[in-house]
Amino acid sequence: MSTNTETIVVEYTLPHAPRKVWRALTEPALLGAWLMQNDFEPKLGHEFTFRAKPMGEWDGIVRCKVLELDEPRKLVYSWRGGSGNSTLDTRVAWTLEATSSGTRLTLEHSGFLPMNAMAFQAMSKGWSGNVAERMSALLDDHAS
Amino acid sequence: MQQQDAVFRALADPSRRSIFEQLTLGEAAVKDLTARFDISQPAVSQHLEKLRGAGLVSERREGRLVYYRVEPRGLRPLVDWLAHYQAFWLERLDKLRTLLEEMEE
Repeated sequence: MSTNTETIVVEYTLPHAPRKVWRALTEPALLGAWLMQNDFEPKLGHEFTFRAKPMGEWDGIVRCKVLELDEPRKLVYSWRGGSGNSTLDTRVAWTLEATSSGTRLTLEHSGFLPMNAMAFQAMSKGWSGNVAERMSALLDDHAS
Repeated sequence: MQQQDAVFRALADPSRRSIFEQLTLGEAAVKDLTARFDISQPAVSQHLEKLRGAGLVSERREGRLVYYRVEPRGLRPLVDWLAHYQAFWLERLDKLRTLLEEMEE
């Protein structure tokens, strides 16, 4: 994966033991209750999907694969989806650290291409590379 | 996400995509575009109206002529997954917190 990507990081301190938080992250019914309906299994290499209500051209499906599994400390899976013209190839990492009062939970959702690059990836499908370049220049000029 | 939908719909049509592609080369009037494509003037105007509605092009009047140009920011809704997921995770993690309260130890 390119280093030129963006990451969302969210950190939460939860008054619950890591084992309990781990269950909410890995038991399909619990996971479905707060995130999305899924067929997750805590197995390395397991391929699964999250399903939400389709929105516009997005089919509502996120395709995932378990990449790292270290109960109850770390869970990483790929997170792919997006619409026909705007694909998403990212990964989601959960880190659980035991603290005196519970768990420090960190979510890192990484691999977002910078907005412009992403526009070009989307636009260049079926378009000539020159158009992508011209649009790139235009967007750079108008970068806010 | 509605704006994103409008962008997708506007660019889903090959003729509209060609017109948009042409406009990335520079500003043009309807008659210039009609001359370049094998499409009638009303059809070109209709395509431009769809592109304008999606925020992909803007227009400028000069006398009796209307010139169209690409609106670079128009593509933003197409690609703003980062902003989407920033809001998404905050909302979902609040739900997780509530769920944990309800779960037995």
